[in-house]
Amino acid sequence: MSMQTIVSLPDQSTARIPKDNFITRENGLLSWLLTSDHKRIAILYLISLSFFFFIGGALAGLIRLELLTPQTDLMATDTYNKVFTMHGVIMVFFFLVPSVPATLGNFLIPMMIGAKDLALPKVNLLSWYLYMAGGLLALYTMAVGGVDTGWTFTTPLSTHYVNTNVLTTGLAVFVAGFSSILTGLNFIVTIHKMRAPGMTWFRLPLFIWAHYAASILMVLATPVVAIAIVLVMLERTFGIGVFDPAKGGDPLLFQHLFWFYSHPAVYIMILPGMGVISEVISTFSRKRIFGYTAVAFSSVAIAVFGFFVWAHHMFIMGISNYAVLVFSLLTMLVAVPSAIKIFNWTFTLYKGSITFETPMLYAFGFMGLFTIGGMTGVFLGSSGTDIHLTETYFIVAHFHFVMVGGMLMAFLAGIHFWWPKITGRMYPEKISQLAAVVTFIGFNFTFFPQFILGTLGMPRRYASYPPEFQVLNVFSTAGATILGVGYLLPVLYLVWSLKYGAIAGNNPWQATGLEWQTQSPPLTENFAVMPIMDHEAYDYAWLEGQQQTDEQQHCQLQEQQKDTEVTSAG
Amino acid sequence: MPDSPAIAHEAANSAHAEHPSYLRHHFNSTEQQADASNFAMWLFLLTEVMFFGGLFTAYLVYRNWYYPAFVSGSHQLNVVWGTTNTLVLILSSFTMAMAVWCSETSRRRGLVLCLALTFILGLGFLGIKSIEYSEKIEKHHVPGAHYSLQSFLDPDSDAAARAAGDKPLQLDMARKTEIYFSLYFLMTGMHALHMVIGIGILGFMILRARAGAYTAGHVTFVENFGLYWHFIDIIWIYLFALLYLISRH
Repeated sequence: MSMQTIVSLPDQSTARIPKDNFITRENGLLSWLLTSDHKRIAILYLISLSFFFFIGGALAGLIRLELLTPQTDLMATDTYNKVFTMHGVIMVFFFLVPSVPATLGNFLIPMMIGAKDLALPKVNLLSWYLYMAGGLLALYTMAVGGVDTGWTFTTPLSTHYVNTNVLTTGLAVFVAGFSSILTGLNFIVTIHKMRAPGMTWFRLPLFIWAHYAASILMVLATPVVAIAIVLVMLERTFGIGVFDPAKGGDPLLFQHLFWFYSHPAVYIMILPGMGVISEVISTFSRKRIFGYTAVAFSSVAIAVFGFFVWAHHMFIMGISNYAVLVFSLLTMLVAVPSAIKIFNWTFTLYKGSITFETPMLYAFGFMGLFTIGGMTGVFLGSSGTDIHLTETYFIVAHFHFVMVGGMLMAFLAGIHFWWPKITGRMYPEKISQLAAVVTFIGFNFTFFPQFILGTLGMPRRYASYPPEFQVLNVFSTAGATILGVGYLLPVLYLVWSLKYGAIAGNNPWQATGLEWQTQSPPLTENFAVMPIMDHEAYDYAWLEGQQQTDEQQHCQLQEQQKDTEVTSAG
Repeated sequence: MPDSPAIAHEAANSAHAEHPSYLRHHFNSTEQQADASNFAMWLFLLTEVMFFGGLFTAYLVYRNWYYPAFVSGSHQLNVVWGTTNTLVLILSSFTMAMAVWCSETSRRRGLVLCLALTFILGLGFLGIKSIEYSEKIEKHHVPGAHYSLQSFLDPDSDAAARAAGDKPLQLDMARKTEIYFSLYFLMTGMHALHMVIGIGILGFMILRARAGAYTAGHVTFVENFGLYWHFIDIIWIYLFALLYLISRH
C-alpha cells in the first residue's frame, strides 16, 4: 500500500544534527537543574510528568484488576479507596493539569511567537521545583499510607471522618497549584509582551490562543482551590468550623469553592490539547484552519463559560432548584464553543490534502472521543438525567472520554508532532501509527462498557459489584491492558529514536509555524536572527514561496560557484 | 591598523550603553522588560484577589445567615486598635509610595529612609495585631476546643459586650460566633502572613538599597513591591470595615 506522506527529510547521508543547540550548549546535571531556558525546563517537565503518569497508570491498573471479579479479593476495601484516590490526585494534579502547557506549551510558546524565552524564565524554573515538591509530597503520602477521600476532598468526609493523610495530600495539591498559577501567569505575560514584530493577535497560531485561554483559567481559578484546601487543612487541625455543620458551617460551601476551580480545571486540561489538535489538523491537511477567528474566540468562550458552570457537580447535593436550572442551562452553553471547534476542524479537513502520519491519527482519535465525551457531558448537564447517572460509572466514562480520550490523545499527538523539533530526530512512523491505533482500540474497550455499566446503575468508587455486571467489567479490564500497551510503546520507540531516529531537519512536516523555521533542536536563543512575521498563520502559500526563493538562491549560489570555478580555471 | 582595537572597544562600549547591565538577555529593551514584570505583578495580584475571594465569599454567606452572631462577635473586637492599625497601614502605604518616588528620582538616602519607615510601620501593625490576638486568647475567643460562649450568652459579664449594649443571644445563634471568629482569624491571619512576607522583602530591599541598588535606573523591583504593599493595605481596609464595623454604620 502506498501511503501519501508530506514528510520531507534532508538527505540522510549528509544531514547532521546542528552542533550548537539548546541540548549541547551546556553540559552536566546542574546545567539542567539550574537552567532558565524554557526548552530545558519543558524537558524536565516531560520527564517528571511521564514518571507521574506511569505511577498513576499503575494505580489505574490495580483498580481495573480489582474490578475483574465482583468480589473484593485483590485488596481490602479501604485500600481500594486509597488506590482510586491516589490515582485521581496524581493524574489530575500531577499529570493532566500541567501536561500540555508545562511541556509543549513551555517549549513552543516563545518559539511560536518569535521570542527568545518566556518573560519570566526564573519563575518558570521555580514552577517546576514547586511541581516536583508537590509531586514528591504526594508520593510520600502514598508511601506512608495514602489518603482515601477521593480526589475531591469532599467535606465533611475529609475534615471529620477519615483518619488518613489528608494534610500532606492537601499540601501537595496546594503547592502544585502554585506551580500551575506561575505557569499560567508566565504564559499570559509572554503572549502579551514578547511577540515578535508583525506577530499580531490574529496571526498567532491557535495553539497560542488555546494556551492563553487556559492560562486565564489557571490564574483566576487555581487560587480559589488553594484557599479551599487551606480551609480543609485548618478545619482538620484546629477545628475552625467553616465547613462543619455542627458549628453552623456549610459543607456545601467547600464544594462551591472546590468546583469553582475544579470545573474550570477540566478546561485547563482540555484547552491546550485543543491547541495541539488545531496545529496538527492544519499541517496534515495542508490548509489554513477553517474559521480561524471562530476557533480562536471559542477558546476564550470556553474559558469564560467555564467559570459559570461549577454547580453542575452539585445537582444532587441540595442546591436550590433555581440554581439547578440556571447551571444546567449554562453547562449546555459550553457545548457551543466546543462544537464550533469540532465543526471547524472537520471543515478544515474538507478538500484538504490529508495524510495520516501518527499525530494526525491521534488527532482523529481526539475528535471522535472528545465528541462522545462532550455529548455525554450534555446528558449530565441536564438535571433529569444527571440525577439518574451521577455517581455511577457513566460519570467515570464521561470524564475519561474527555480527559484520556481527549487530552491524552492530544498530548501524544503533540509529542509526536513536535518530537522532531525537540530532539532533531524522527520517531519511527510505522510502529507509532500502530501504537496510535492500539491506544484508540484499547481506550474504547476500557471505557465504552463503563457508559453501559453506568446506565445500568453500577455506582463508582466501590471495590465490589453485583455479579451481573461482570462481563462488562471484564471487557473494561481487558481494554485497560491493551491501553497500557498503547502507552508503553511510545516510551520505548521514542527513547530508541533519540539515538537511531532519522535526522529530521528544520521542517519535516512542511508546517508554517515560526518554530519550524529554525533549526532542530533549536538554539538556546531559539532564532539566529529575530524573526519578523510577515504573513498570516497557516499560510501554506507563503511557505511554498519561501521554499521557492530558498531553492532559487541555492541554484544561484551553485551557479556563482560554477562561474568562479570557471573563471579561476580560465 | 593601529586604531582597530580602539574602534572595537568603542563599539563594545556603545553596545554596552544601549543595553544596561540589568537588561536580561531575552528582552529587546528595558521598556519591554519593565512592562513585562509590571504586568506580571498585576496578574499576581489578581490571583491574590481570587485567593482572598474565597474567604470573602465564606464571610458573605455566613454573615447573611448569622447576622446577630456576627454583630455580637464584632463587638468583641477593639475598634480603637483596629482604627490605629488602619492609620498605621495607610501611613506605611504613603512611605512606600515615597520610596518608589525616591527610587525613580535616584535619591538613595531618601529611598533607604522611606523603606525603613515602611518596615517599622509594618512591624508596628503586627505588634498591634498581636496585642489584639492576645486579648482574644485571654477571652477564649479562639475557635476550637476551648472556645467560650460566655460573652454572648451573658453579655453583662463582659465589658465590651456591655458597652455595646448587646442582648443575650440564643444558644444556637451564640454558637455561630465561633464561625465569625474562625473567619476573623483566617482573614486577618492570612493578611498578617502577607505582611510578614512583605516585611521580609522590605528588609532585603533596605540592605540592597544601602548598597546603591534601585537608584540607578532599574526601579522595577521597588515599583512592583510597592504594588504588593498597597494591595495588602487595601485588603486590610476591607477587612477593617467587614470585621470591625458590622453594626457601626
